Amino acid sequence: MLAFLTQRLLQLIPTLFFVSVLIFGLQQLLPGDPALIMAGEERDPEVLEQIRQQYRLNEPIWVQYFYWIQGVLSGNLGESMRLKTSVLSLVQEKLPVTLQLASMAIVVALGIGIPAGIISAVKKDTALDYGANIFALWGISTPNFWLGILMIFLFSVTLGWLPASGYVSLSENWKASLATTIMPAFVLGNAIAAILMRHTRSAMLQAMGADYVRTARAKGLYERRVVLKHALRNAMTPVITLGALEFGTLLSGAVLTEQIFTIPGFGKLIVDAVFNRDYAVVQGVVLVTSTAYIALNLLADIAYVLVNPRLRG
Amino acid sequence: MIKTIRRLILAAAFSGVALSGAAAQSNLRIGLAEDPDVLDPTLARTYVGRIVFSSICDKLFDIDEKLNIVPQLATSHETSADGLTVTIKLRPGVKFHDGEAFDAAAAKYSLERHLNMKGSFRKPELASVEAIEIADPTTIKLKLKAPFSPLLAQLTDRAGMMVSPKAAEAAGDKFGLKPVCAGPYKFVERVQQDRIVVEKFADYWNKDQIFIDKITYLPIVDSTVRLANLRSGGLDMIERVLATDIKTVRDNPKLKLITAVELGYQGLTINLSNGPKANTPLAKDARVRQAFELSMDREALNQVVFNGEFVVGNQWINPTNFYYQQSLPVPKRDVAKAKALLKEAGVTGRMSLDLMVPNNPETRQVAEVLQSMVAETGFDLKLRVTEFATSLKQAEDGDYQLYLIGWSGRSDPDGNSYIFQTCGAPQNNSGYCDKDVDAWHKEARIKSDPAERKKIYENVAKKYLAEGSIKYLYHRRVLVALTDKVEGYKQLPDGLIRVIGVKLK
Amino acid sequence: MTATTLSPATAATDAREENPWGRAWRRLRRRKGAMVGLVIVLLFVLLAVAAPLVAPYDPIATSWSAVRKAPSWAHWLGTDEVGRDVLSRIIWGARASLSAGLVSVGIALAFGVPLGLLAGYAGGWVDALLSRIVDAMLAIPFLILAIALAAFLGPSLSNAMIAIGVTATPVFIRLTRGQTIAAKVEDYVEAARAVGNPHWRIALRHVLPNIVPPLLVQASLAIAGAIIAEAALSFLGLGQQPPAPSWGSMLNSAQRFIAQAPWMAFWPGVAIFLAVLSFNLLGDGLRDALDPRHK
Repeated sequence: MLAFLTQRLLQLIPTLFFVSVLIFGLQQLLPGDPALIMAGEERDPEVLEQIRQQYRLNEPIWVQYFYWIQGVLSGNLGESMRLKTSVLSLVQEKLPVTLQLASMAIVVALGIGIPAGIISAVKKDTALDYGANIFALWGISTPNFWLGILMIFLFSVTLGWLPASGYVSLSENWKASLATTIMPAFVLGNAIAAILMRHTRSAMLQAMGADYVRTARAKGLYERRVVLKHALRNAMTPVITLGALEFGTLLSGAVLTEQIFTIPGFGKLIVDAVFNRDYAVVQGVVLVTSTAYIALNLLADIAYVLVNPRLRG
Repeated sequence: MIKTIRRLILAAAFSGVALSGAAAQSNLRIGLAEDPDVLDPTLARTYVGRIVFSSICDKLFDIDEKLNIVPQLATSHETSADGLTVTIKLRPGVKFHDGEAFDAAAAKYSLERHLNMKGSFRKPELASVEAIEIADPTTIKLKLKAPFSPLLAQLTDRAGMMVSPKAAEAAGDKFGLKPVCAGPYKFVERVQQDRIVVEKFADYWNKDQIFIDKITYLPIVDSTVRLANLRSGGLDMIERVLATDIKTVRDNPKLKLITAVELGYQGLTINLSNGPKANTPLAKDARVRQAFELSMDREALNQVVFNGEFVVGNQWINPTNFYYQQSLPVPKRDVAKAKALLKEAGVTGRMSLDLMVPNNPETRQVAEVLQSMVAETGFDLKLRVTEFATSLKQAEDGDYQLYLIGWSGRSDPDGNSYIFQTCGAPQNNSGYCDKDVDAWHKEARIKSDPAERKKIYENVAKKYLAEGSIKYLYHRRVLVALTDKVEGYKQLPDGLIRVIGVKLK
Repeated sequence: MTATTLSPATAATDAREENPWGRAWRRLRRRKGAMVGLVIVLLFVLLAVAAPLVAPYDPIATSWSAVRKAPSWAHWLGTDEVGRDVLSRIIWGARASLSAGLVSVGIALAFGVPLGLLAGYAGGWVDALLSRIVDAMLAIPFLILAIALAAFLGPSLSNAMIAIGVTATPVFIRLTRGQTIAAKVEDYVEAARAVGNPHWRIALRHVLPNIVPPLLVQASLAIAGAIIAEAALSFLGLGQQPPAPSWGSMLNSAQRFIAQAPWMAFWPGVAIFLAVLSFNLLGDGLRDALDPRHK
């Protein structure tokens, strides 16, 4: 196990290197001139040149990369061109928001996805199976922004139960905080629930067809026990892995949902930065979320190996 | 939880009592269409940022509904006969938010900061200023390099905003994180992309006209959600209502709509000589451009896309503006004449043109309508929806044949025309260049008598509207919706939200 | 080694001898859900192919007198913001949305499966390098990657497909790799190796068939995801270019009129929902039908 851990930790180094190169390469792929977009309507050549110099936009790309990575290694993620604040402080500001939303979404997803998956596997090819399937699928079949707007119209405008948008932090007022995040969490969680449900179902079916479950059944164990203990335990491995990965995706992937519900998290921050060509913010925040994603991946892998010792070599 | 829901339902039922309740502190919640950029008057550059500045940073001058220049932190101005010295008297007894006094030294400091600070976007606006002198503690003199009549108009905007020298000196280029100015409200906090909170400044020079304790600006990008928030009582006021939502607002007895015609314009820029893509009959022959213009039905465009709520136009200022040339009205659609012009220009067969459209559902719809209008005359527009940042760069590089783009507008007509129409000007992406037009524009900058300037601009309009690079299409309406709790709000054509005199019931 | 542990291998061998696809089809036909899915998918494909014949109107013909009109006999699903027939646009939009789904997943499979097989089967430094790059790509948000690629390639539907396809590739590499490694240690592969089959043959004939079911499940989800990703890219102006319709771009322009013209958003949403749902049902059915372990 120790050898495995060391190996996985060592792998982080090349992965993070590739991530940093990819992120940096991405901004170079984006067409457009950051100085131009920053200047907006105030496009004076002299001012543009000043911006380019100030942010080293005239330097060759590898020099820019060198400066950036040097800063990152010394704990400095750079400064936002648009907002003149340090990227680190932006990350600190958005992290609690994103963590709260992602956690709530995952709770929703697990709460819907796993039971639905188990039921539909156990009651395969029955009305319950189809019902669970369709229920879990509608979430992934509906674009997030569409569902979000429908919910705002229903719960905020028509019924007046929940605020239409905005965000209140947990420490400020936890009730209001839940009220502002429950709809986006549901929209996000619902889509993931569908994915978890499908994988739970697949994994359960596979596990239930596997020899050890058949053996267990042959031994005369009760059906429920077979399902819960043998099949579920084996089926949960891919589902947990997936759950962890989805959580990682949520850290930065809630772009449209955050936009609709005006939740000031990572997703909105990154996309606004992309559109404003605020390179330091794009690089810094994507680096942070990617690192978090990779860390979650590692944890999922460790879990995988713990359950499936055969893969340890 | 059930309790909370019940309370929320109650709140909605008696929506006169909003969630926050009729607390002792009145709080005006304004929904903005975008998240503002840095709140430093020297470094700021977005339209939406100006909306926030109008509550925290007073300017030397302001404009009124008729675009006249009126005093704010200055009390009067006088331009010398040779046009080279502008003497500005400052309002006495004004304090900045940090308690520092506003005087000639502070005004000089602020203007010099705009002029000299690294990365300042105000520098081009104040380019005509040679030096700033202190005549006495409440008087400054601006020495100009050459007479420049639009200067005072510049001082009604960010270039005229005064900052506390002490705070600015201490904060340097981080001043925008906690701006200290002399406006009616002082900055409290900002959470990026979430909210900006300002509170009433007790020592404001005009404090008798300030009735609301606190203002919270909330950027909400989606217009549907912004309106939903207003309807559900989560906001008191929103800007940039969609023209197609006007009816929804008017039909709601609890909501009011306050409008003004914008200072800017929306138009089509034709690439005349910027790069190889300009090699089209449209670029080479003014008659083809006229034929193109005659193929468009601006009124129908306005009806289809904006329910007829906007104002059609053909000049860089809207038809209600003093400088609008009545002798050159909006041309009516005339396909027969357009076809005749094409024939005259020797154009046969259909002409395929690349139209770059910044990505936004409304502009996209405008483009689609235009596309189907000009098709009848023989122009095949190929729409290329391009993300905004990319489109700016491609416009600069000449990678377009037509570009659907507008301008937010300035109160002086020079601000809507000079940088687009003169040779090699910074926003002249199409490469239009005409010696006469250049000379007229320069002359209009020197003259200060409005009637005289209007005469000069008539020459420009005659020539430019016939052969120029921009076909002006329409002027949007500034649309601000508010609940019936808000009283005394007036809309100016610059679209800013001024809170002086506004009450919250 | 008991007889039961060898059963997958025997089943696989039997399957090859008895024409596995014929048998899979027989099984598939028995599954109602899968058949419903298949029928809807085929209907959409038919609709897309026969669009010029089926659509009642020209999908890009505007009409100023029929802007945002509610559904009626003349326009069954209403008209849009420039007076175009929504039904016709949905029918034509099926082309864009289906091809966005199929082509981009095709691209992802074409790159992902061989690379995944290579990584899983070869192991060693090849695996290490590929896996690290996959890790890095997966760590960067899908939409951000797709935006950057699509913006780089230029706005058009085919470029959007490429962008979505490339972005979806790492998932398939990882899945194939994982399944390959799992299959590699199975007895029947070890047996094949013991008999002296060359590596490529083992990879193609013994490993690949056994990883098809999970790939199909993933592909069905990926098609669904790609259709929605195309909508997102259209929203950003990087997908289908106007006036040509796609369901995604229709939803995006409808967003502004949700209160005044709900039909504009409702029907494209239903189309997306049905297409995605049927791909999922079909994939599910295929999974069961192709899996030699289920009879």
